Amino acid sequence: MEHYSMNLTLKVWKQKNKNDKGGFETYQVKGISSEMSFLEMFDVLNEQLIAEGKEPIAFDHDCREGICGMCSMYINGRAHGPWHQTTTCQLHMREYKDGDTIVVEPWRANAFPVIKDLVVDRQSFDRIIQAGGYISVNTGNAVDANALPIEKQKADESFAAAACIGCGACVAACPNASAMLFVSAKVSHLALLPQGDPERKTRATNMIQQMDKEGFGNCTNIGACEAECPKGISLENIARLNREYIGSVFSGSGTGNL
Amino acid sequence: MNWKQAFTSSIGKKLVMSLTGIFLITFLIVHCYINAQIFWMDGGVKFTEAGHFMATNPVIRFVEIGLFVLLFLHIIQGLMLWSQNKSKRNTRYAVSAGNHTSKWYSRSMGLLGTLILLFLCMHLYHFWIPNRYQQTFGSGEIDLFGKMQAVFSNPAVVVVYVLGCIALGYHLVHGFYSAFQTLGLGTHRYKKMIRNIGIAFSIIVPLIFALMPIGFMANLIH
Ligand code: HEM
Ligand code: SF4
Ligand code: FES
Repeated sequence: MEHYSMNLTLKVWKQKNKNDKGGFETYQVKGISSEMSFLEMFDVLNEQLIAEGKEPIAFDHDCREGICGMCSMYINGRAHGPWHQTTTCQLHMREYKDGDTIVVEPWRANAFPVIKDLVVDRQSFDRIIQAGGYISVNTGNAVDANALPIEKQKADESFAAAACIGCGACVAACPNASAMLFVSAKVSHLALLPQGDPERKTRATNMIQQMDKEGFGNCTNIGACEAECPKGISLENIARLNREYIGSVFSGSGTGNL
Repeated sequence: MNWKQAFTSSIGKKLVMSLTGIFLITFLIVHCYINAQIFWMDGGVKFTEAGHFMATNPVIRFVEIGLFVLLFLHIIQGLMLWSQNKSKRNTRYAVSAGNHTSKWYSRSMGLLGTLILLFLCMHLYHFWIPNRYQQTFGSGEIDLFGKMQAVFSNPAVVVVYVLGCIALGYHLVHGFYSAFQTLGLGTHRYKKMIRNIGIAFSIIVPLIFALMPIGFMANLIH
């Protein structure tokens, strides 16, 4: 497509800190190239704000190549904007036309409190992983990677689940603010491999207990998470998590660590 | 995890919804089969026979108590899930995704359930309560076929019944699939099958139910 340039109106959420009430600010940006990424457009805006002596907009980003999961922005009602399986850093301005208005909000969930502007605190995800998203391994020499036969199909499914980058778009998109897709990806990539076996009977229950404690909602299988996940994590993982949970409850030792 | 935690965690609550929901689905099958006997056009002879069996068989009488208990559980748990989930996002989005990422009926299970509940109250008042009342305190079962003819002679009532069936249909399009997904069966192998059976079920069963009031009102059932 032809390269073009555009002027845009941005309505961006500004919030000083966790306790500030926050509200929308309106900005005008000029001469944005259709070849820019969405974050580059924000860079231009921030440069402009700094030049005007105003405070730039705080937003999270790191890799800018769709693998770190930091760039949480809720753009015109969509987590990471309208493109399928795309993070905000991979969204490009050719999606927009001259004169468009774009509303940008932070992830909204009580379990993801806003720290500043568009930056949210996602440590609740870390604590869920700590509750069960690990495996036990022997120390000593590394084992030959080929010593343990793993069925191709399972290796592929596990790999697909491990693609989750912990971005939180699933929570942001879910009407219930549930973290089930994330937790299901973390449980699945271990549950499908023999290395995940030792903790199998406690992993799902411990992670779910932590998920509930963090204040995420209850999954009602709506499916908005799958539609918005930049890594194509499938709802089948949630089915697997439910199975793992039922397995722990009915055949586990019934203790758990929490 | 002890048993109480197992059924009160987020997945636990969903298991309660799923198991009670599946029980309600089996109830619908039986209810629909029995009532469909009116379509024999025999003046309700076969229907009355079947109704008599359901009203007097001790096993069925016992299962009916279970039905009310599980229905109650389903409603309470459903409304609790609904209100809990509403409390997890204190600041709402200014712009929402609407129907871009999910279906309206999947997001509206609490509302659809409440509509079904309101319908159910009226429905029990029309048939179940007078029947059980006369059975217990009077001269045995009422003439349900005649009662249907009387109730469904009022077009307003027929409209409400049809709307009730539509609400049930949408509740089931999501509910049928969701119940099996919660049980962990939504895998590659079964996903399509469950979806398709669910959609067929959610159209066929409410449609058969809806044809009953419509049929009586249009004088097609005799
Ligand atoms: C004969 C009537 C009914 C049938 C056959 C039925 C069936 C179902 C099924 C199969 C589910 C899915 C369970 C799951 O998501 O795992 C469900 C969910 C639900 N039902 Fe019902 N239901 C009925 C009546 C009601 C009533 C009267 C209410 C009252 C408020 C209600 C409220 C709900 C709610 C809120 C959910 C959503 C739970 C969720 O999305 O996880 N249902 N129902
Ligand atoms: S499941 Fe998808 S949307 Fe959720 S955290 Fe992982 S990558 Fe992000
Ligand atoms: S900045 Fe790393 S995924 Fe977008």
